[in-house]
Amino acid sequence: MYTQAMDIPDESGKKLASVSNAPSEQEAAFEARIEADGRIEPQDWMPEAYRKTLVRQISQHAHSEIVGMLPEGNWISRAPSLKRKAILIAKVQDEGGHGLYLYSAAETLGTSREQMLEGLHSGKAKYSSIFNYPTLNWADVGVIGWLVDGAAIMNQIPLCRCSYGPYSRAMIRVCKEESFHQRQGYEALLVMMQGSEAQKAMVQDAVNRLWWKCLAMFGPPDADSPHSAQGMRWGIKRISNDELRQKFVDATVPQAKVLGVTLPDPDLKWNEARGHYDYGQIDWAEFWNTVEGNGPCNKERLATRVKAHNDGQWVRDAAQAYARKQQERAMKEAA
Amino acid sequence: MNAPADYLLHLADNAVVLGQRNAEWCGHGPILEEDIAMGNVSLDYIGQARLLYQLAATRLGGDATEDKLAYFRDDTQFRNYTLLELPHNGPLVGYAKADRDYATTIVRNFLYGALMVLVWDALEKSSDSDLAAIAAKSLKEARYHLHHAADWVVRFGDGTEESHQRVQAALDHLFPYTEEFWTPSAVEDAAVASGAGVDVRTLRAAWDAIVNDTLGQGTLVRPQGRGYVPEGKHGRHSEHLGYLLGEMQGLARAHPGATW
Repeated sequence: MYTQAMDIPDESGKKLASVSNAPSEQEAAFEARIEADGRIEPQDWMPEAYRKTLVRQISQHAHSEIVGMLPEGNWISRAPSLKRKAILIAKVQDEGGHGLYLYSAAETLGTSREQMLEGLHSGKAKYSSIFNYPTLNWADVGVIGWLVDGAAIMNQIPLCRCSYGPYSRAMIRVCKEESFHQRQGYEALLVMMQGSEAQKAMVQDAVNRLWWKCLAMFGPPDADSPHSAQGMRWGIKRISNDELRQKFVDATVPQAKVLGVTLPDPDLKWNEARGHYDYGQIDWAEFWNTVEGNGPCNKERLATRVKAHNDGQWVRDAAQAYARKQQERAMKEAA
Repeated sequence: MNAPADYLLHLADNAVVLGQRNAEWCGHGPILEEDIAMGNVSLDYIGQARLLYQLAATRLGGDATEDKLAYFRDDTQFRNYTLLELPHNGPLVGYAKADRDYATTIVRNFLYGALMVLVWDALEKSSDSDLAAIAAKSLKEARYHLHHAADWVVRFGDGTEESHQRVQAALDHLFPYTEEFWTPSAVEDAAVASGAGVDVRTLRAAWDAIVNDTLGQGTLVRPQGRGYVPEGKHGRHSEHLGYLLGEMQGLARAHPGATW
């Protein structure tokens, strides 16, 4: 799914500014590689701040995939046709798969999945704030595919060229699946918009609730984006938040027209001089309030993740105990 | 000869009900890999259900569609085994709420998976060539489901004290429901007589062998039957199916005639 604001500061990034004591030769080699638009691989030397930025960003992204399973999972049991149920299960399962690649990519930087999950569960690590809003009708599933995954693709396509090899390679696969997700979402909405008045109203209601949240997914305006400049210099970030947001608006307006829905922004209009659509003011106070943990579903989302983890402890313990026993038996046999 | 539509519905209802149940784990799995695996198992079941309902709809003709069969039949018309509709917890009344227990989920998938590898294997030779084609596809999936569930039954049985207790309790709870597999029904008898169905009773020894082998590896005790034989495949269900279908069918039924 979805990554937003992958430069949202959180506790794990507090020591970002720590100065590296690395020998200048290694640092020079790193800088030269970045300069030449090459890839940094796990075994390569890298500045601590680069490593920490990546761990923060990739783990936020992984957490977003996992938490993002919940709002869509909310509709699996009630999907109104077997075809849509199968598509939705497959999609939510894909998101779990993305979480898995991303945790693995972050592990190559020396942070374990356990440590990352601890960050999520304690509230120190952030995830995309879009998942802190409820999914209230079936059309939310389609709109998440169309707009939320659409916004995520805008964010993630540039990450396929990210300077860190494992992350960029994970993103290539993730983007292929996301693009499929976006198309299925849009197709589901097209069908609903050709249906009954009640179905059309569901789609409009979902768009009304999610449109502004999707624009906020690109993160704070460039002027207020704390980590953007360094991220750009390191080749972790390629295009600024505001540029991506504009690209998303420009791409989405014609799609909304084809669909027959109204985007809930009276200020949305084509600006001939700029060659772009102008759009209204995003409510950043509401965005930050949600990022800080006070959105409508933050507590439910996090508590649900924590509960699943805690309830699953005995399963993981059993798997480890069994593996140990098997190993001991194999060693005894070998002896 | 073609299988009777009711026989296809029995197979389809089994698949949709267990697919619906297993999907409840989505986003709540004990570890990410299992969350993905259980989603996959569920997706396989929904896929099997779709193929079977589509075939049944073709055979029934009229305005029957896969979704009409899945969403607009009442619980007394569902012909699934009672085992498959039970919630993921120990014995509790229909309106009770309890935490999902992964041991219950795994044991059910194991007991049913062990049956379905045998059923699909036999149905590959069905005189109904459409059903035989569905069986060939489903057999591959059922083998994976059995492999996955059996591995976990052994891990739980021979894992920690807690996992052993949980999996034995799940077996004690669910095993008696498997008695329904071996009882006759007019629908199955008609399918067998047509050459399109399988007489499940002939599969019992092979099922026993799979089950006993896995329970042995897991140091688990095979429970005895309890006398009562469930009758889900006759349309007489537990208190749980009404809730499951209420949730599954509610949105579709609120918009009859709508296309999604």
